[in-house]
Amino acid sequence: MKRANEPVFWSLFGAGGVLSALLGPILILITGIIVPTGTGMPPDAMAYPRVLALAQSWCGKAALLAVISLFLWHAVHRIYHSLHDLGIHAGAGAAAVCYGFALVATLATAYLLLIIGF
Amino acid sequence: MSARKPYVRPMAGWWRRNPVFMRYMVREASAVFLAIYAVSLLVGVFRLSQGAAAYDAWLAALRNPLAIFFHGIALLAVGYHAYTWWKVMPKTLPMLHVGGRRIPEITLSAVGWAAWLAASLIVYALVRGL
Amino acid sequence: MADAEKTIEIEVLRYRPEQDREPVVQTYQVPFTDDTSVLQGLQYIKDYLDGTVSFRWSCRMAICGSCGMMIDGKPKLSCKTFLREYYPGKLRVEALSHFPIERDLVVGIDDFIGKLESIKPYIIPREARTLEQGEYLQTPAQRDQYEQFSSCINCLLCYAACPQYGLNPGFIGPAALALLHRYNADSRDEGWEARREVVNAEDGVWRCMLVGYCSEVCPKAVDPAHAINQNKVNSTLDYFGVLKFLLPKGAAK
Repeated sequence: MKRANEPVFWSLFGAGGVLSALLGPILILITGIIVPTGTGMPPDAMAYPRVLALAQSWCGKAALLAVISLFLWHAVHRIYHSLHDLGIHAGAGAAAVCYGFALVATLATAYLLLIIGF
Repeated sequence: MSARKPYVRPMAGWWRRNPVFMRYMVREASAVFLAIYAVSLLVGVFRLSQGAAAYDAWLAALRNPLAIFFHGIALLAVGYHAYTWWKVMPKTLPMLHVGGRRIPEITLSAVGWAAWLAASLIVYALVRGL
Repeated sequence: MADAEKTIEIEVLRYRPEQDREPVVQTYQVPFTDDTSVLQGLQYIKDYLDGTVSFRWSCRMAICGSCGMMIDGKPKLSCKTFLREYYPGKLRVEALSHFPIERDLVVGIDDFIGKLESIKPYIIPREARTLEQGEYLQTPAQRDQYEQFSSCINCLLCYAACPQYGLNPGFIGPAALALLHRYNADSRDEGWEARREVVNAEDGVWRCMLVGYCSEVCPKAVDPAHAINQNKVNSTLDYFGVLKFLLPKGAAK
């Protein structure tokens, strides 16, 4: 029987799933609703100097990379497998697009965080 | 000569035939909203790397009512993901016992939901600057 | 007399390979009381209304696993489902989903039987045990790791519930994987090596998307979803070469 290479992607899916199941809702609430509408948070919560300082710290870089990257590894895994559920016979090509997207996004985020400096 | 002629029923539209399957598809669809959100964060990091003006433009885009509406839907979708994630998490663990009794799955899920609440409060406090 | 006899409308999805190109619904009016099961309703149809209706049944008490069918679109044992639940509406009875229909409510289950054999459903000890060694000793906690998975009656409701099996008939499936886990999790068994190819395959645990419906419909609370997803972790640890350090005394070949 054909052995699956699923464990690699499932591990990333799981890590992203845990992270988004802990932080997903609150991050969406804060960055997408609370801060833009100016309710329940000081207006400079996401101001440039503050967020730049975060992105220039090692902790901040790790956090931003983890959130963006793992959220995407989780999402693409689910999306890829859902194609099959919808009757779309997704093969290696679709897998390459989905997982490739997460990989490119991970590398791009890492690169951006590096050039943002310290 | 066999008189057998097995009939295979088509799977098309399978998930519309049962509310359990509908909820499963909603859960899976939450990934689309999570992906879009992560990409928007990536765009934010990109704008951050381009300087204050570019970053402020990204912030302004988040204030667009359509963006706020999207995040509202995304909040529901990812909230549903978070709820179902901890609901099924015990299925990946072996049977756990305390004092000779099995720990029920709902207890393990409750630990997950509690962790979600704690993490949310901590993040809120950190962002607020408390 | 307590109450006049009620009748309920039962729609049966018929399929006679010698005359039907595709399945067709046939409707029957069936008298019933509070304790009439769907199976008894079908038996009434066969005995008094239409002797050509075909269906499997045996024990009438939810232990043989023969009478699984789709009742109003949900996989159930017909002996354990009661007509009173659907009255005054009607109910539709169809063959178990995701299996080819042989005739009326009878499905072909050869695929499942083959899968059951493939998972090696027997204790595989590292070495054969002699009589002088005495019996195996097992604590209640050790037994709890596998006991519920040994309750499977092979009724196949879980396969009818599993859309992944419907979409990928190669999937080993809930009941077979639950039974596989029943043996792997038994402290007397050291057969991980013998079964790992099935576990680790694409059609093994990795076809499962944790829809979870299998565990919902199981009449014996086997919880196959638990067996399968616990083994996604095991399969992952095995993939990265770490599992062998966690298995109690090494695994039997």
